Amino acid sequence: MANFKTEEVNTDLLIIGGGMAACGAAVEAAHWAKKHNLKVTMVDKAAVDRSGAVAMGLSAINQYVGIKDGNNTVEDYVKYVRSDLMGITREDLVYNIARHVDSSVHLFEQWGLPIWKDADGNYVHEGRWQLMINGESYKVIVAEAAKSAIGAENIYERVFIVGPIMDGDVCVGAVGFSVREEKFYVFKAKAVLVAMGGAVHVFKPRSSGEGLGRAWYPPWNSGSSAYFTLKAGAEMTCQEVRFIPVRFKDAYGPVGAWFLLFKSRATNGEGGNYMIERKGELENWVPYGKVKPVPANLRNWLMMLDVMDGKGPIYMRTEEAINKIASEAGDEKAAKKKLKELESEAWEDFLDMTISQAILWAGTNTAPEEKPSEIAAAEPYFIGSHSGASGAWVSGPKDLAPDEYFWGYPNMATTKGIFCAGDASGASSHKFSSGSHAEGRIAAKGAIDYIVDNPNPINYNQAEIDALKEEILKPLDIYAQFSGGSTDPEVNPNYIKPKMFMFRLQKIMDEYAGGVSSQFKTSKSLLEKGLDLLTYLKEDSNKLAASDLHELMRCWENVHRMWQAEAHVRAILFRDETRWPGYYFRSDKPSMDEKDWKVFVNMKWDPKTDKWDVFSKPIISIVN
Amino acid sequence: MPSYVIPDKCDGCKAQDKTACQYICPNDLMVLNKDAMKAYNCEPEMCWECYNCVKICPNQAIEVRGYADFVPLGATVTPMRSTDSILWTIKFRNGTLKRFKFPIRTTEEGKAVPNGGWTTSNEDLKSPVLFTEPESLGLPAVVTIKN
Repeated sequence: MANFKTEEVNTDLLIIGGGMAACGAAVEAAHWAKKHNLKVTMVDKAAVDRSGAVAMGLSAINQYVGIKDGNNTVEDYVKYVRSDLMGITREDLVYNIARHVDSSVHLFEQWGLPIWKDADGNYVHEGRWQLMINGESYKVIVAEAAKSAIGAENIYERVFIVGPIMDGDVCVGAVGFSVREEKFYVFKAKAVLVAMGGAVHVFKPRSSGEGLGRAWYPPWNSGSSAYFTLKAGAEMTCQEVRFIPVRFKDAYGPVGAWFLLFKSRATNGEGGNYMIERKGELENWVPYGKVKPVPANLRNWLMMLDVMDGKGPIYMRTEEAINKIASEAGDEKAAKKKLKELESEAWEDFLDMTISQAILWAGTNTAPEEKPSEIAAAEPYFIGSHSGASGAWVSGPKDLAPDEYFWGYPNMATTKGIFCAGDASGASSHKFSSGSHAEGRIAAKGAIDYIVDNPNPINYNQAEIDALKEEILKPLDIYAQFSGGSTDPEVNPNYIKPKMFMFRLQKIMDEYAGGVSSQFKTSKSLLEKGLDLLTYLKEDSNKLAASDLHELMRCWENVHRMWQAEAHVRAILFRDETRWPGYYFRSDKPSMDEKDWKVFVNMKWDPKTDKWDVFSKPIISIVN
Repeated sequence: MPSYVIPDKCDGCKAQDKTACQYICPNDLMVLNKDAMKAYNCEPEMCWECYNCVKICPNQAIEVRGYADFVPLGATVTPMRSTDSILWTIKFRNGTLKRFKFPIRTTEEGKAVPNGGWTTSNEDLKSPVLFTEPESLGLPAVVTIKN
């Protein structure tokens, strides 16, 4: 076996991840841990300053309820999320995040995040729930507070966590390795807070060369949260609810400012507006088709119908929108000034969060005030936010959750000792950056409460930890053993390198589970065939090979993706209807079945028997 | 190459204990070739073009060339990030130049206080009230469902 030193870290709460949810967890946990004399440790596979989905920055905060201003209520937010997800949401979880999110946003402002203000000193709203920010350093600022709260000595960067350590059916830590030195890490903890993000590159992306990396969500979100909770035997929810964002085509620049702030239209190649021309289609998806705003997946669907009819390209009419606002500003001089202002805002929108889109505009000589830009549906992603919902099934808070949704501590998974936040927790969509931070705080407080209630020392089985070490380092051993057998180590009959493994997974998902090239359509027969092919892939995951630490991380990231993929296929197969037509379409079950399928699809993988169990759970509403 | 390193400008961060680009890349792409003492992007097709390596490089040795499989050649987008603002220079394929400057933070670097200056008097670990609440919400109490 590869000769790696083992480093053991003993702590009370282990926060895994370094993004918005993890940073929220760190500030909150540090406060309560200090009061109760507990230790908090954070472990991130990258550098906390620029890790997670906000690594590049953001141009807007997408969840701000503004309760204190009296503009909206928490109930309003719950209703919005419920409709957008076609009725499938945990209202207690959404409510809980929404009642705390303003607190996180106010903290960001105190920490130094520039939030746009109008002449009266009020926040500038992009839309009803969205605030405009100068967010280039959003993550740096949020990380600074988190690091200051728990102390640099308690943060492990560039350590990749592979999976959980279990004591029977209780999670008692995590194992992983450094991607910088030959060191295996064993974190022993009384509770673990999972915040390792969602999953990208499970499906084949639209780009095939260098542009592979230009996913809408960052490519380093590799399904690690889903793998961790699944392997710990935790119940998962909404694994069928993938998210497909419509964004500027290819570079995936944000469209929110254009649709919401600039009130732009999207039109097809013939100049038609699918939101008007295809309005009748919404009748097929009532009651949700009648809701305003129209649910994101239905807006997608109307656009996809145009594309499938060959009516592309679809254009965001930036030139029309900008010139309309400028012309309403007053005389010619005022209009010119307004145009300049709008131009700057439009470019900042990209430069703050999707710089590639600015390069694409510059490379195609695109001035938004002069010509429109194409938009398109991206490949599917697994996230717990936006109108995605996949993640672990977690307990709600005591004062909000119905009995069926409450088991002791807010945001605890069904496996004791595991708390989830951000993309790791399911059925609580539309949390975005700010809500993820707030949810991290909620989960962290719950975790500290759990640790105080469960102070007993934990038993560790050294033989199990040794076996994990051997399994985790195996790709290095396989490479060492076999790579001499061919003149090009990339092509060798004894193993598969992580990149080809990822391409194989992506091809299966794309063609059988409704990816881009299948026009997001699938069926029972296709899914069953896909599961067949996933079985071979799973067997071959034992033959992954890594030539160095970077590739060892890539091997495990792709195993994580594969587990997310299998959970997804099993969930789509179980839900015998089409509920989110703009996310995936079951050709054999082309309509929505409110009577039988207005339920959660949940599942569990049993570590003892290696069997999957997929079942439904009732939806209990708490807001009228 | 999404991000690429200009050999004449990169000195391998020899004056520091670790390479800045290697330290910051969220996807672990930057590698230092110790023989040449030059960094490189080892997996350009996994690059998100987040520009964190470009922004952090002390020698301005890293630039980005748009993804060659869909971006026409010739454009550049170049940031200059200071402690409180960022200046962007955009050069179009046709030579048009645009410059934009945006603020990036309102406080001095390193001065983010975790509690944001709010009172943290709540002692109840079982309550839904988070440590800076209710003050940080601007409300007298955390809201709940009225039964």
